[in-house]
Amino acid sequence: MHLRNTKYEIRNTMVKIVTKNFNLKDSYLLSTYESTGGYQAIRKAMDSMTPDQVTEEVKKSNLRGLGGAGFLAGMKWGFIPKNSTLPKYLCVNCDEAEPGTFKDKYLVSLDPHRLIEGMMIAAYAIGCHKAYIFIRGEYVRPYERLQAAVDEAYAKGYLGQKLMGKDYALEIVVHRGAGAYICGEESALLEAIEGKKGWPRLKPPFPAVVGLFGCPTVINNVETLCHVPTIIEKGAEWYAKIGTAKCGGTRIFCMSGHVKKPGIYELPMSVTLRQLIFDHAGGIRGDKKLKAVVPGGISAPILSAAEIDVGMDFDSLKAAGTMAGSAGVMVMDEDTDMVEALKVATRFFAHESCGQCSPCREGTGWMYKIVKRICDGKGRAQDINNLLSIGQNISGTTICALGDAAAMPVTSYITKFRDEFEEKCKMKNEKLKITI
Amino acid sequence: MPKLLIDGREIEVPAGSTVMQALEKAGVKVPYYCWHPGLSIAGNCRMCLVEVEKAPKPMIACDTKVAEGMVVKTQSEMAKKARAGTLEFILANHPLDCPVCDQAGECELQNFYMNYGLYDSKFDDEKVKKHKAEIIGPTVMLDSERCILCSRCVRFCDEITHTGELGIMNRGDHEEIGIYPGKELDNKYSGNVVDICPVGALTDRDFRFKCRVWYLTPSDSVCPGCSMGCNIRIDSNLSRPHHAKGERVMRLKPRENQEVNKWWMCDEGRYGYKFIDHDRIVKAKSGGVDVEFDQAVSELAAFLNVAIKSGSQSKIGVLVSTHLSNEDLYAIRKLFKEKLGIENIDYRAGQKTGYSDDFLMKADKSPNTAGARALEMNSPAAGKFIEKCEGLILFGVDLPSLPKNLRFLAYIGTNNNSASKAASIVIPGAVYAEKEGTFTNFEGRVQRFREAFAPLGDAKPEWQIACDLSAKLGIKPALSAGGLEFQSAEAVFREIAKTVPPFEGLSYESLGNTGKQLKQPVTSRS
Repeated sequence: MHLRNTKYEIRNTMVKIVTKNFNLKDSYLLSTYESTGGYQAIRKAMDSMTPDQVTEEVKKSNLRGLGGAGFLAGMKWGFIPKNSTLPKYLCVNCDEAEPGTFKDKYLVSLDPHRLIEGMMIAAYAIGCHKAYIFIRGEYVRPYERLQAAVDEAYAKGYLGQKLMGKDYALEIVVHRGAGAYICGEESALLEAIEGKKGWPRLKPPFPAVVGLFGCPTVINNVETLCHVPTIIEKGAEWYAKIGTAKCGGTRIFCMSGHVKKPGIYELPMSVTLRQLIFDHAGGIRGDKKLKAVVPGGISAPILSAAEIDVGMDFDSLKAAGTMAGSAGVMVMDEDTDMVEALKVATRFFAHESCGQCSPCREGTGWMYKIVKRICDGKGRAQDINNLLSIGQNISGTTICALGDAAAMPVTSYITKFRDEFEEKCKMKNEKLKITI
Repeated sequence: MPKLLIDGREIEVPAGSTVMQALEKAGVKVPYYCWHPGLSIAGNCRMCLVEVEKAPKPMIACDTKVAEGMVVKTQSEMAKKARAGTLEFILANHPLDCPVCDQAGECELQNFYMNYGLYDSKFDDEKVKKHKAEIIGPTVMLDSERCILCSRCVRFCDEITHTGELGIMNRGDHEEIGIYPGKELDNKYSGNVVDICPVGALTDRDFRFKCRVWYLTPSDSVCPGCSMGCNIRIDSNLSRPHHAKGERVMRLKPRENQEVNKWWMCDEGRYGYKFIDHDRIVKAKSGGVDVEFDQAVSELAAFLNVAIKSGSQSKIGVLVSTHLSNEDLYAIRKLFKEKLGIENIDYRAGQKTGYSDDFLMKADKSPNTAGARALEMNSPAAGKFIEKCEGLILFGVDLPSLPKNLRFLAYIGTNNNSASKAASIVIPGAVYAEKEGTFTNFEGRVQRFREAFAPLGDAKPEWQIACDLSAKLGIKPALSAGGLEFQSAEAVFREIAKTVPPFEGLSYESLGNTGKQLKQPVTSRS
């Protein structure tokens, strides 16, 4: 990925909150960020708001967690126990390993100071004096940009013993991951920062109470925090009005797959999937027909071409039986082999399962083996029902959501495109002249 | 104290209890692999899933805290389905090793499948291949394909022995238990990981392929390896002797006793059972020649009679080993001191400078030193008589060099040694596994051990030998004090409880399976 050579087409005249600086020259420099009004919101927060008021403002804005879970960010900040004497930690999740997702990479490469300012405001709100950014190991150039930005902030006296020169310490540590999708799970992320295997923890207790090093911790996605400076600057009401009733503001949608204009698109939460694909991303390449869309990263249940008139906010997609997730929108045209697509998905989860708990450890590998066998023409009649049964048995029985995430593609692809799977299983038997 | 409903029954438990603890209290069984009362909660096997009303998905009993008014169902459709589903995952890649696996018969995969599974397997693909029959230490063998990655062994090495040799390597279904480079599993308690492994992944190299567990006869006992007195179970092969290569004891396993050894035992004790079936004295000897038991006892009695008649008790010494039971020691003291007037009795603890730690291993490598002290088996001159005595009767004590004035030596014991070879009269004794009795551990805790099998050859328990001697010597029970005509070890103990103050109030019944403290603490320093 060569950052130098890519232009980021940010279409639409609608408001841009987190990508507004992307096309500026040297957008990633502190000087650029400040010249466009950056590092004013943190000053406003520290000068004229109490930490609780900051949290309230973020709550009122309806900012949702943009890593995938969609939890109200302000509410999460409010879970930090007020009367705890333990240090509070803020962890930023830049693991971004959900296939189809690539927004945080650009945020961190092109406007890292926005993240830093968002972290400052969050840290002030929850009483945190040391924050960690967990960035996936594979992001080498983005890491260099991010670390350089943190260094710039330190050099300017914005970070360190005196946050923005005030009597409040804030240290930021950038911690690189080592290649595990599971470390994007918040408790596994904490384990990794603590130097241990990235195995998710049993919950409860939740990180807000027992988190990093056993202390109260807030974990937020990169993009979520990038929205915070604007919320403080322009106010929660302004922010909440953009988007839907329960989902405030904008988010970056990652368009990939068989569209004419793949890329990142910052749009209000109220945009529909049809608008995303056809109005913004230019429609299907080669003007082919749409077949299926994964709306929110590989774990999100797939939607058929008939189901794309749905708002891209968390609540509408949930009601439609899928999820907004990480906004990794993967568009598949009429030539896509859904069984092969499922093979890719199951292979991913089999590779990434941490192995701690039995259903996911054995189930992900098992599902992949069956799907691969079907793709190789050795499918058996009972394989399809077996896959559904395995997916059902994994759901709800695991330590973390990876198990559920692995089961959802299997269930949704088979449910919505069952005839393709049956066809593949039959093919083998036809070749051998066996009737099922 | 929160109250909850378990399968319709109300149970009250202390605040902060888990559902698993509540289930235990209610006597309701759920299957589990990774949970162990002596280790931290891992919550990774997902076998103990139960239905909790109002919760959207099944919850693991081991890590769910009890809340007031909680309704737990262990037999609902949701619970049963979750259980069977999890079992199917664990068995998916499990090798079909039962015919060659030592764990068969005591395997939690077999047990839970029969109790909670009984489904038709739908796995029809290539199973994951991993390392098999890997030696990871002198006493433990690892088979990674059989491993269900419950992490009990890893947690044991981290939390109990604090040695941390084991870890889980790789990710996903290629995970394996591994030993860190340059290390082996040999931390003095290694054998315990075999006990806690629910499947045949970690197996005992000493027990490997020795005997199918359903041919084993278990017997509760106490380890005689040191003064800790860990509770054990002796597993003997009595039903297939032709497979046992002349041995009766196949293995020792720890027995739970929260007051002494919790769930564990050390390797020294665990593998120190070979003396029971090897190099035993099985026949009485006189002058180096095998004789009938009766004859040897008569000859010893004859020697004692001569000494008593000539009033030369002071020239005779008796040394008793602290491997003997309280019953043995009491009978010996009663015979020699009270009835025969031989004052020179002392106990020898054998090796007292062995390895010790602050866990289960004591430096005193004998089980009953405290008992010997409580029974006052020591002479005021504390063994100085040894140098001067002319006649010496050794009960299980080995003397590498004999006193220069010695003219008569009798050895009564279980295994051959230099003293038994030098003795003119040798009488075979019974090891702890071959008799009833009690040991008193370093803290003064009196614990029962049971007879696992009959004594080898002509051997008899030492308390019985004392009775036989007394009969030959013509010591009749006096009217006030009893003679030595004990019918059982329990009869001996009853008299101990009546006449030896530290043992007051104790009985075999009150000792139960886990023992009781002496009335007055008579602790041995090691």
